[in-house]
Amino acid sequence: MADGRKAIYHYGYRRSPDQDARKPVRHPVIVVGAGPVGLTAAIDLALRGVPVVLLDDADRIGEGSRGICYSKRTLEILDRLGVGSDLVRQGVTWKLGKVYLGDDLVYSFDLLPEDGHKMPAFINLQQYYLEKALVERAREIDAVDLRWNNRVSGLDRRSDGVTLTINTPDGPYRLDAAWLIAADGARSTVRGLLGLGFEGVTFEDKFLIADVKMAADFPTERRFWFDPPFHSGQSALMHRQPDNVWRIDLQLGPDVDVDVEQKPDRVVPRLKKMLGERPFELEWVSIYRFNCRRLARFVHGRVIFAGDSAHQVSPFGARGANSGVQDAENLAWKLAAVLSGDAGEALLESYNLERIQSADENIAHSTRSTDFIAPHSPAERALRNAVLNLARRCDFARRMVNSGRLSVATIYDSPLTTPDEDFFAGSAYLGAPVPDAPVRTRSGRDGFLVEQLTGTFELMHMMNRARSNPPPGIKMTVIGEDLHDYAGLVAKRLDATPGATYLLRPDQHLCARWRAFDPEKIAAAYARALTR
Amino acid sequence: MGDLVTTSNFPNPDAVYVTLIDARRGMSEADAAALDARLVLILANHIGDLEVLRQAIGLARKTGQTNWALGE
Ligand SMILES: Cc1cc2nc3c(=O)[nH]c(=O)nc-3n(C[C@H](O)[C@H](O)[C@H](O)COP(=O)(O)OP(=O)(O)OC[C@H]3O[C@@H](n4cnc5c(N)ncnc54)[C@H](O)[C@@H]3O)c2cc1C
Repeated sequence: MADGRKAIYHYGYRRSPDQDARKPVRHPVIVVGAGPVGLTAAIDLALRGVPVVLLDDADRIGEGSRGICYSKRTLEILDRLGVGSDLVRQGVTWKLGKVYLGDDLVYSFDLLPEDGHKMPAFINLQQYYLEKALVERAREIDAVDLRWNNRVSGLDRRSDGVTLTINTPDGPYRLDAAWLIAADGARSTVRGLLGLGFEGVTFEDKFLIADVKMAADFPTERRFWFDPPFHSGQSALMHRQPDNVWRIDLQLGPDVDVDVEQKPDRVVPRLKKMLGERPFELEWVSIYRFNCRRLARFVHGRVIFAGDSAHQVSPFGARGANSGVQDAENLAWKLAAVLSGDAGEALLESYNLERIQSADENIAHSTRSTDFIAPHSPAERALRNAVLNLARRCDFARRMVNSGRLSVATIYDSPLTTPDEDFFAGSAYLGAPVPDAPVRTRSGRDGFLVEQLTGTFELMHMMNRARSNPPPGIKMTVIGEDLHDYAGLVAKRLDATPGATYLLRPDQHLCARWRAFDPEKIAAAYARALTR
Repeated sequence: MGDLVTTSNFPNPDAVYVTLIDARRGMSEADAAALDARLVLILANHIGDLEVLRQAIGLARKTGQTNWALGE
C-alpha cells in the first residue's frame, strides 16, 4: 500500500551509548512504537518523572495520513501534555455531521451542543501533524530518549522485566526494561513475539481513501452519503482537513481488485464524478479492508499493550487513535504510581479492565457502523435499505441510520471507583472524565476547569466552612477560592452544592464524590483508587 | 417490559391476514421482501419493547425450523 504515500518529516538515527555497553543497560520503561500512542505514553510518563526509552523502526513520520478526527477528550489529554491548544489552532474545528440518502438530507447531529468547554467536539488534522507535534514535544523533554531506526526483533521475558533485541543501522544490541509498553501498531511485532492471538471480524468490503487537495467551499461538516448520485449503490464520506485538503472515502464493495483501483487512472474519474470539473490534486490514496479485533488481555506480566497493537477498529467513529491516546493516559499515571511505590502492581490490572471495557465499546460501535455501511449479505442489505427508505419519513428510522457513532470517553465501570452514597444530578458521571466548565483563576485570568487539573489526584471542593486538609498525595482545589465558577457551570455540571467534594484521578476521571468534606471517606476513596 | 402475546389479538383474524396478503399481491419476491423489511421496522418501533421483539424473533426462528408437511 505504499502507493502515493510520502514521508513528510525525516529524523535521524543516532547511536546511543547503550549500544556500546557490554551488558544490556536496564531502563525502567521502554516504549516500542513512536505512533500517536507510544509518543503520548512516553511524554506522559516523562512528565510524571519516569525516564522512558522510545524505540521506532522508522526514521520518519507522515507516510500516509490515516487518522484525521481527534475528539474532545483526546484534545484535553494532549492539552495537559502541552500540545493540545496548538493542534486546535492548526486543525479544522467541527461538530456537525450530516447523512444523506441519495441527494436528500436524512439525519444530522451536533456533537457538542453546549458552550463552556475549552476543547471542541472534534478537530480534523492530518495524523502526521499530530505525530510531528508529539515528536517535537518529546524532544523538548530530557526524560524521553527517542531512538529512530531501532527495530525490536527479539524479546526474552523475565520475572522482573524483559530483554529486547533491537536492530539498528549499526547492527543489533540488547536492552533491559523493567516494563515494556508495546505501542507498535496493528501489526505489532511484540504481539507476535509473545505469540498472542488477535481475534475478531474482518469486513469484506474495500474502501478507497483519498486525500484530495483543492480549493472548495464545501461546509466544515462531516458529510456521509448512502447511495449518492455520484457513486451509486455505495457509500461516500467527505471531511475537511487543513491546507485545503479533503478526506474522501468511497466504498467499493467486496469484489474489486485493490491494485487496479488504487491507480490514478481509476481513482481520478471516480473523484471527478463527485467533485465535478473543479481541479484537484491527489495527496494520498489507499485502499483498506477494515478489522475489528482485540487481544484477550492487554497486560501480560511486564509487557503492556496500548493502541492498535491491543485493539483495532474500523475508522467509522474515529475511535482508533482516540482510544489509543486514552489507553496511554490511563496507563501512564498507573505505571508511574507503581514505579514510585505509591501503588502495587495490582493497580495495573485496572488498566486491563478499564481499557478492555473501552475497547469493547469501541469495537461494538465500530462493528455496528461498518455492518450498517457494508451489510454482510443480501438479506442484511435489504433490512439496511429498509431503514434508509423509512428514514426519509420517520424519526425512529433516522435514528437507526449509522454512518459512524463518534468517539466519546468511556465511563469506567471500575473497581477504582467509590460508589455514590448521595444522589448527584448534572452531567458528571462517576468513572468518566470531569466535564469542563469556564472558571476564573485567583489572579483574575479566565480559563477552564480541566486545564487547571495538573495530572495528580485532585480534590475539588465547593467552598463552605467545614473542611480540613486533604490526605497527603492529593492536591486540593477550592471552587470559590482557588477558582471562581463565574458562569455557574461547574455547579451545574457537577450538581455541586456548598461543601460538595469530588475526588479526581490523575487522568481527570471522577472516582468519588460526596455532599460534604469527610477526611476519612476521602482517604478510603484515595486508597481504593490506588488499589491499596 | 412485556411478554409477547401469542393468543389472537384480533376479533377478525381473517381480515388481518387478507390485509397483509393484499399488501403484497402482484409484487415481485424482492419487492415483497423489501416491503416486509420496512414493515418489520415500523412494527418493531411501534411495539417499542426490545424484550418483546427478542421473544418474537425467537418464536419466528423456532417455528421456521419445523418441517411442514403440507398435505394436499
Ligand atoms: C483510513 C484510516 C482512517 C483513520 N481515521 C482515524 C480517525 O479519524 N481518528 C482516529 O482516532 N483514528 C483513526 N484511524 C486509526 C489510527 O490511524 C490508528 O488507530 C493509530 O495510528 C494507532 O496509533 P498507534 O500509535 O497505536 O499505532 P501506529 O500509528 O501504527 O504506530 C506504531 C508505530 O510502531 C512502529 N513499529 C512497528 N513495529 C515496530 C518494531 N518492531 N520496532 C520498533 N517500532 C515499531 C511503527 O513504525 C509505528 O511508528 C484511522 C486509520 C485509518 C487506516
